[in-house]
Amino acid sequence: MIEMNAVNKWYGKNFQVLKDCSLKVAKGEVIVVCGPSGSGKSTLIKTVNGLEPINSGDITVDGVSITAKKTNLDKMRSSIGMVFQNFELFPHMNVTDNIKIGQLKVLGRSDEAASEKAAELLERVDLTEHAQKYPSQLSGGQQQRVAIARGLAMEPKAMLFDEPTSALDPEMINEVLDVMVSLAGEGMTMMVVTHEMGFARKVADRVVFMDFGEIVEDAKSDDFFGSPRSARAQEFLSKILNH
Amino acid sequence: MDLDFSVIPANSELLWEGIKMTFLLTGLAIVGGIILGTILALLRIAKVPVLAQVAAAYVNFFRSLPLILVIFWLYFLVPLIMGQPVDAFTSVLVAFILFEAAYYSEIIRAGINSVSTGQLAAARAIGMTYPQAMRYVVLPQAFRAMTPILLTQAIILFQDTSLVYVVGLRDFLVSAEIVANRDQRLVEMFLFAAVVYFVICFTASLGVKQLQRRFAK
Ligand SMILES: Nc1ncnc2c1ncn2[C@@H]1O[C@H](COP(=O)(O)OP(=O)(O)OP(=O)(O)O)[C@@H](O)[C@H]1O
Ligand SMILES: [Mg+2]
Repeated sequence: MIEMNAVNKWYGKNFQVLKDCSLKVAKGEVIVVCGPSGSGKSTLIKTVNGLEPINSGDITVDGVSITAKKTNLDKMRSSIGMVFQNFELFPHMNVTDNIKIGQLKVLGRSDEAASEKAAELLERVDLTEHAQKYPSQLSGGQQQRVAIARGLAMEPKAMLFDEPTSALDPEMINEVLDVMVSLAGEGMTMMVVTHEMGFARKVADRVVFMDFGEIVEDAKSDDFFGSPRSARAQEFLSKILNH
Repeated sequence: MDLDFSVIPANSELLWEGIKMTFLLTGLAIVGGIILGTILALLRIAKVPVLAQVAAAYVNFFRSLPLILVIFWLYFLVPLIMGQPVDAFTSVLVAFILFEAAYYSEIIRAGINSVSTGQLAAARAIGMTYPQAMRYVVLPQAFRAMTPILLTQAIILFQDTSLVYVVGLRDFLVSAEIVANRDQRLVEMFLFAAVVYFVICFTASLGVKQLQRRFAK
C-alpha cells in the first residue's frame, strides 16, 4: 500500500533530515514509527502524502507515485487520512462541519450524504452528543477523536498518525487509542508515529525505529520488543519503557 | 454671539444627502479595499517571487504617498492620460480603493500569518487545493482575528473621505460647509459637523473595543 524507496530530504543545504529511508506498509498492516525527538519521524510521515516534498527517491501509495509529475497530489491526499499531534481541527466550524467540509468541497458529496456520514462517524467515535459544539468546547481526547472522524469521512485507503496522543492528558490517551485499535482491527492500513509502546505491542505488525534521519531498525513488533538488534534502539527502548 | 441651530433642520435634506454620500463612499471603499487588499496579501505570501515582488512594490508605493495626492492624481491626471473626463465619484472611489488596499493588505497578511501553519497542513491533508484551503480554512480565521483592526482602519477611512472636497464632491462635510456659507451660520454648522463625526466615530470605536473583548475570550 505504502512504499518508500531510498527517500532523501534536506532542510536547506546542510541539514539532511531523511537519509535513504526505505519502507513498506502492506495493505491492512499497522506500523509504528518511533525514535528520539528530532529524528525525523514527523517529516517522514508527512512525505507519505506529499505535505513535505522530498529531494530524491520515490514514494508510492496504492501504486501511485507521489513524485510523478502527472499525479494529482490533492486527489491523492484526499485518499490518505492524517491525524496531527495538535488535532488541527478547524476552530471556526462546529464538529459536524469539520467532518463535512472535506466531503463537500473535495469529494463533492451532497449536503445530505455528508451529514449522514458525519453522524455515522460521530457515533462511531462516541461523540454524537457533541455534534454541534465547537472544537474549543471539547477536551483534547474528544478533539482528537473528531480529527480521526474527519479523516475517516474521506474513506481513506490508509491513515497516518503523527503522535496522536502526545498532546493529551494521560487520562484521555486511552479513548483515542481505543478508536485506533478498533480501526486496526477492521483492517485499516496505518502508519503511526507514537511512543505508546503498549499500543505498538498490541496492534503493530512492525515497528520502525528512526534515529538521525535514518531508519535504524524495521522489525516485527515481537522481535523489536524481544531483542532489538541495534544498540540505539535498545537504549531508546530501555529509556521509554522504564518510565 | 447668538447661535441659531434651526439652520440644521431647515437644511436637513441637503445634509442627509451629504451623509449618505459619505457612507456610500466609505462602504464601497472598504469593500473594494478589502477585496483588492486580500488579493495583494495572497500574492505576497504566494511562493511566486515575481508576483510577490509586484505586490510588495504596490504596497510600498501607495504607503509612501499622501492620500490627497492619490485623489488628485486620479481626478486630474487620469482623464489627461485617457483623453476623456472621469466623473468625480468614480475617480475618488478608485483612489480610495487603491490607497486603502495597500493598508488592508498588510493587515490581512498579518492575519493570515497569525493562523497556524498546521491549519493549512490539515486542510491540504484532507485533499483541499491551496485556494480551497485558503478560502475555507485560513482566510475565515484570519478575518476573524483581524476584524477589530479592519474596523479601526474603516473608522479612519470614514474620516478621510472628507478629503473629497478637493474634487468638489458633496459629502457630509461639504454639504455642511455649503449651508454654513450660504446662511452665514459657520459656527453652528461646523460644530454640528464635528459632533456628527465624533458621535459616529466614537460609537464605532466603542463597538470595536467590545468586539475585541469578545474575541479575546
Ligand atoms: N521546516 C523545517 N526547517 C528546518 N528544519 C526542520 C523543519 N522541520 C523540522 N526540522 C528539523 O528536522 C528534524 C526532524 O524534525 P521532525 O519534526 O521530523 O522530528 P520528529 O522525529 O518528529 O521529532 P519530535 O519527536 O520532536 O516530533 C529536527 O531536527 C527539526 O528541527
Ligand atoms: Mg514529530
